Amino acid sequence: MTQKKDQLLIAGKTYQSRLLVGTGKYKDFEQTRLAIDASGAEIITVAIRRTNIGQNEGEPSLLDFVPPNRFTYLPNTAGCYSADDAVRTLRLARELLDGHKLVKLEVLGDPKTLYPNVIETIKAAEVLIKEGFDVMVYTSDDPIVAKELENIGCCAIMPLASLIGSGMGILNPWNLQIIIEHAKVPVLVDAGVGTASDAAIAMELGCEGVLMNTAIASANDPIMMASAMKKAIEAGREAFLAGRMAKKLYSASPSSPTQGMIS
Amino acid sequence: MNKATSMNLKINGNIKSFDDSSMTVETLVKQLNLLGKRIAIEKNGMIISKSEFQNITLQDGDQLEIVGAVGGG
Repeated sequence: MTQKKDQLLIAGKTYQSRLLVGTGKYKDFEQTRLAIDASGAEIITVAIRRTNIGQNEGEPSLLDFVPPNRFTYLPNTAGCYSADDAVRTLRLARELLDGHKLVKLEVLGDPKTLYPNVIETIKAAEVLIKEGFDVMVYTSDDPIVAKELENIGCCAIMPLASLIGSGMGILNPWNLQIIIEHAKVPVLVDAGVGTASDAAIAMELGCEGVLMNTAIASANDPIMMASAMKKAIEAGREAFLAGRMAKKLYSASPSSPTQGMIS
Repeated sequence: MNKATSMNLKINGNIKSFDDSSMTVETLVKQLNLLGKRIAIEKNGMIISKSEFQNITLQDGDQLEIVGAVGGG
């Protein structure tokens, strides 16, 4: 008997790991690498920023510790507040990564909450998809916006569980469920996961994966938390595939036989 | 009047002066010790592909953005 392997499929490429991790906020590159290894992630996000000119030459870079030939880099548009800035950033990313097409689009609307600006996000997605990018898009948990982004041609929809860096967990599982039920492309939770159970719940809801950064990097022991997240994602996925029992307030059907009781 | 023998470029938001009155992007990359580093360059809002570094000449007042990949979520 052969069982079909359960893999994550994004933009025509398969991945064994359903955990995608960011590379920010770590103590140093060594810790970044150890945490990524412990997480088992194959897709890792990176930001695009100005290079230091004339200072700290020979300083190690992220790429020395997390080689782009071993991982799938997912350049993001973190910090962009307009469609134009996001598109400009990802064009640079494509040049930087030798024509690499898979990107994470996020356009923020408010520096205090980091809530996404879905109007600018949609504008940017339209341009990027016309230019041949495979766009994984960060968005709110609005099912209509999610569907619109899918219709435009985004290869993965990534609604927030709660605000970026908040660790508040999944605040609206019902909206996520609606998004998942209606999507024909992978839905991944991006942002808001705080601990392993949050990741497991996301997967149990039917998410195809989870993207996180702060939950791992800001844990007391990021490397152990990365390992915990790996297990939570796997456990949640298996639970989803297994199909949970129906919830009921109480059951008249005990787990142990009613026959053969001593008397 | 002296002929211009230097130029100013705005690189990543800072003005830098160079002794040459014109130079290629490749020469600039060498002068900034960025040769072989994974970078992308935008000149006056347009991306310059790596294969064009040796063909594109920089002029006084050009604005450049030189970026790389850093840790981020």
